[in-house]
Formats: sequence, structure tokens, C-alpha cells
Amino acid sequence: MATSDLTAGAQPGPIRLRAERRRIGEDVVKAVLALCALVSVATTVGIVVALVEPSLEFFREISVVDFFSGDRWAPLFTPPSFGVQPLLVGTLTVTFWACVVALPFGLGAAIYLSEYAPPRVRGALKPALEVLAGIPTVVYGFFALTFFTPLLGDLGLEVGIFNVLSAGLVMGVMLIPTVASISEDAMTAVPQELRDGAYGLGASRLQVATRIVVPAAISGIVASYVLAISRAVGETMIVLIAAGGLAQITFDPREPAQTMTAFIGATGLGDVPTGSIEYKTIFAVGLTLFVLTFAMNMLSIRLVRRFREVYE
Amino acid sequence: MPDMENAPAPVTIAGVRDRRVAERQQAEPPVHRDVLFDVDGLTASYSGVPALRDVSLEIYKNHITAFIGPSGCGKSTFIRCFNRMNDLIPTALVEGTIRYHGLDLYGPEVDSVEVRKRIGMVFQKPNPFPKSIYDNVAFGPRVLGWKDGLDDRVEQALRQAALWDEVKNRLKASAYSLSGGQQQRLCIARCLAVQPDVLLMDEPASALDPISTTAIEDLMHGLKEAYTIVIVTHNMQQAARVADMTAFFSVEVDEESDRRTGILVEYDETPTIFTNPGDKRTEDYVTGRFG
Repeated sequence: MATSDLTAGAQPGPIRLRAERRRIGEDVVKAVLALCALVSVATTVGIVVALVEPSLEFFREISVVDFFSGDRWAPLFTPPSFGVQPLLVGTLTVTFWACVVALPFGLGAAIYLSEYAPPRVRGALKPALEVLAGIPTVVYGFFALTFFTPLLGDLGLEVGIFNVLSAGLVMGVMLIPTVASISEDAMTAVPQELRDGAYGLGASRLQVATRIVVPAAISGIVASYVLAISRAVGETMIVLIAAGGLAQITFDPREPAQTMTAFIGATGLGDVPTGSIEYKTIFAVGLTLFVLTFAMNMLSIRLVRRFREVYE
Repeated sequence: MPDMENAPAPVTIAGVRDRRVAERQQAEPPVHRDVLFDVDGLTASYSGVPALRDVSLEIYKNHITAFIGPSGCGKSTFIRCFNRMNDLIPTALVEGTIRYHGLDLYGPEVDSVEVRKRIGMVFQKPNPFPKSIYDNVAFGPRVLGWKDGLDDRVEQALRQAALWDEVKNRLKASAYSLSGGQQQRLCIARCLAVQPDVLLMDEPASALDPISTTAIEDLMHGLKEAYTIVIVTHNMQQAARVADMTAFFSVEVDEESDRRTGILVEYDETPTIFTNPGDKRTEDYVTGRFG
């Protein structure tokens, strides 16, 4: 057997501790990997720059105060009006209705999967939920328009063909897997010993879930909420298809509305000439959208730091 | 232990005859023991494979009972049968009966949550909740809906667990700021706060340093007055120091299938187990020749 030859220091040649040659492969790999990491950073910087420049030009013509205080959005009309409030309200109401569905149902699904479901059910349910996350948004859009809106009508709600409610609720359904999946990961990561400790004190399953597991997993749960809200704010296709294109300030969900994203989508597809004020409007709205989501993320990171329970 | 052995023989109104009976029993003074748990033919399996087979014994009230034995002998599985913690493992199955105050713990109408309210458990690794010291102790009472006098309850539990003086000025601090030994005493306090009947301790000192271990053992001696304590330990000296009764478990290996099953070898008063065991396997184990 060759193994008997394995004695210490039996490598051929004189003892040499310097590498025969530079390991160039290592340097190349390192550079390629760094490049991969840089792509996302560079893209983010690029987007911000691309947004800021035309936006600044826009705000040279339309004052920031007019933009934010105006309550009429009609950039393509004559005379044009650039009050962004209707778009903001549209975005917020659609997001609100999406949250009404996604946050409680997502958390409920996560609690069920992590605390109640037998292993076999969990094994079947989780992939099914993730398939839901993989459905293209355009499909959800038409689902809202052609199925859900008539359904709301059948239920006795006097909704228009285009309305906020249908778009928001269907968007909420789309976001359930996002919330459920990330929350469930955070809850499954809570050590079993903590659950045992609570069960050992006579806590019921619900009490263990709500008083031990959810608080211990709160940072993951909030992260899932933030991601869901960000996606709701940024979602374009569903609102474009199902919520209509009427920029109006209304809190009645049965009415149509236009969101910031829907405006960008609709206008971008239209024939606005490059460099015109209408064209720059797109970027101004985009920048507003960017600042809104960014601020929200910052706020939620602070909230999580403040309330989370760190387990060992 | 010494208290029980030196207990005066029961001299009652019955007079001479009883006294003579008592004299006759001098060598083995009668000890009054209330049976709290009556285990009969208990077998516990995971996924159909028995981890522990056919165990029968009685656990006495206000005694400390220790389960000792080598790794894999099923002693931890066994202690988890007493508060139905095994229910939480989907593949676990418990057969046979455990009577608690004469009631079948695994009876069809028995709710495992109710069982665990009366039979508390302390685990091997200190597992405080990621909450404040106060909230850890208050957790049980809150779960049970005891809202009145919560502060008093928390203080009393911490005093019973000999932790109050160390933490009274920082009840709002995180439980993780405590040392390992303090965390384990906090977990004991957490159990005591719901005023259980029984404390089950699964190797409560195995993750602790010797000083903390002594503190836990002293605590157990004090708690015996009010509670029935069952402890799993791999440390024979610990069993000898704290337990009134000791059960020795061992592993039976099936040569053909190479399956290892825990069995109860011997159960007796602790001094007997350690000085005059009836079974060769017990003797080998307690003298350190095996395990």
C-alpha cells in the first residue's frame, strides 16, 4: 500500500517556503468578485445621478413648493399643472390597501408555518407560497381587472371598472409570500430552547407564538413589512392596469386613482418629447418616489433597533 | 436524607403492641412517603424506535429524585414524559401510564398545557427569554392571567431562587446580562413564579461552573420543603449530594439491529444505590468501571 510511504517531510526536492510563482489566479478571482459587488453599488449611484439631473432642471422651471403643495396633477394638459399630491395620495391609498391584506395574512401564514404546521404540511405549503411570489405582476393586474373588480361588484360594492380597492387588495395578495417567507425564516431561527422554556411554564401554542417567538423575531418581521411596503409603493403594473389613470385626490377606494409609478409608466410609454417639461416630470416624480422609499427604509431600521429582542 | 433516617419511629396511641412493631422495624425505620407520580410500564419512542422501554417506578412527594446513567440511556426522554414535553416532538410516542396524584397524565381528556402549569421544567442550557429579568419571572404569571400582586410574586420567586439580592437593583436589565449560573437560577425563579407542584430539572448544572453548581444544589435542598424535585444528572456526585432517591438507567444494545434502548436497572434510596447496589451494572457504573 502506498499509504505506508506517507512519512513526514517526504515531499520531493529541497525545502522551499516561497511560492514558485505568484498566484495570479487568486488576484483575478478577487478582482472579478469585487466587480460583482460593485455592479449594484454603481447602478444605485448611476440611478440617483440620472434621476437628479433632469429633476433639477424640472425644479428650475417649477418650484418645489408648487410641486408639493399643488393639488392638481395635469402635466400634459394646457395649461399644465404640476401639483404632485394626487399622485402621492394615490400611491399611499393603494399601498394602504395592499398592507391591509399583506401584513396580517403574511404574518399569520408565517406563524402557522413556523409554529403550527406539521412538517409535512409545511413542506407542501412553503413552495406553494413561493410560487405565488413568482407570478408576473402583469398577471395580477389582469386578475384584478377582469376577475377581482367584478367580484367586488357582485359583493355589492359599487366600484368602477378602474378602482383603488381592487388594485390594492390584489397587490396585497401578491405580497403575502414576501411577508410570510421572510417572517417565517426569522421565526424559525428563534432557538427551540426559548419555546421549550415557555411551554415548560404552561404557555399555550398561541402564547408561545405571540409572546416569545414574534417578539424575538421582530426585526425579521419588520424587515419583511418594509420590503412589502417598498414593493407596494414601487409596484407599477397592477395599478397601471387596474387602478385607472385619473390623478385625483380621493380616499374613497372605489374610485380610480393614479399612483406615482403608474404616471411614470403611462407617460414613459406615451410620446412625450425628450427634454420637454413633461419628460422631466417623469424624473421629478421618480426622485420623489426614491426619496419616499429611502426615508421609509431608514425609519424602519431605527424602529427595529429600538424594539428588537436580541437572543443568544 | 439524614432527617428521614433519624426520624423517630411512629409512637401512636395504639400503645405497646405498636411500640413492639416499631422496635422490630428498628433496622429499617418506616418512612412515610406520599406517592406523587406512579409510572407503570412506560415506553417512549421516536419515529417508532423505542428510546426507553418498560419503566415502572414511583416518585415521592417532597423528595428529590435523581435519574442517573450513561449517555443515551433515555433519562432525559424519561423526565420529559412527566410534563408531556415530548408532545411537542411530532414523532414521539409515549405508551404505558404515568399517574400524577392518581390521575392518568396521558388520559384522553388531559390537556398538556394544564399539565405544564403544575409541573415546571428547568432545562440543561439556561434559556432565559430575551426580555428583562422582571419580565422573565413575570412571564408565567402573565400567561396564567394572574395580574394582581405581580411585583410581589416576582420578588418572592427571585428570593426563593436565591437571586433577589443580586438582581433587585436591576430588574429592568436584560436577562442576558446575568452570568450563566444566575441565568439558570432565573430560570428556576421563572418556574417557581407559577407555583408548580413539581420541578423537573434536566441536567440543570451541566453547563455551569462548580460555584454556580453548588448554588443550584443548595437551592434544591431548600426547595425540597415545598416542592417535589426530579433531576436528571450525568454527575454521580451530584446525585449523591442532592437526591433522596436515585434511579439508575442503562443502555441495552440489541446485537442484531444495533438498536440502543434505555432501561431502568435499579431504583432505591440514594445511599443504597451508591454503597450497596443490588445490581452488578449499577455497581460498575457508580464505582466508575463503566460509563
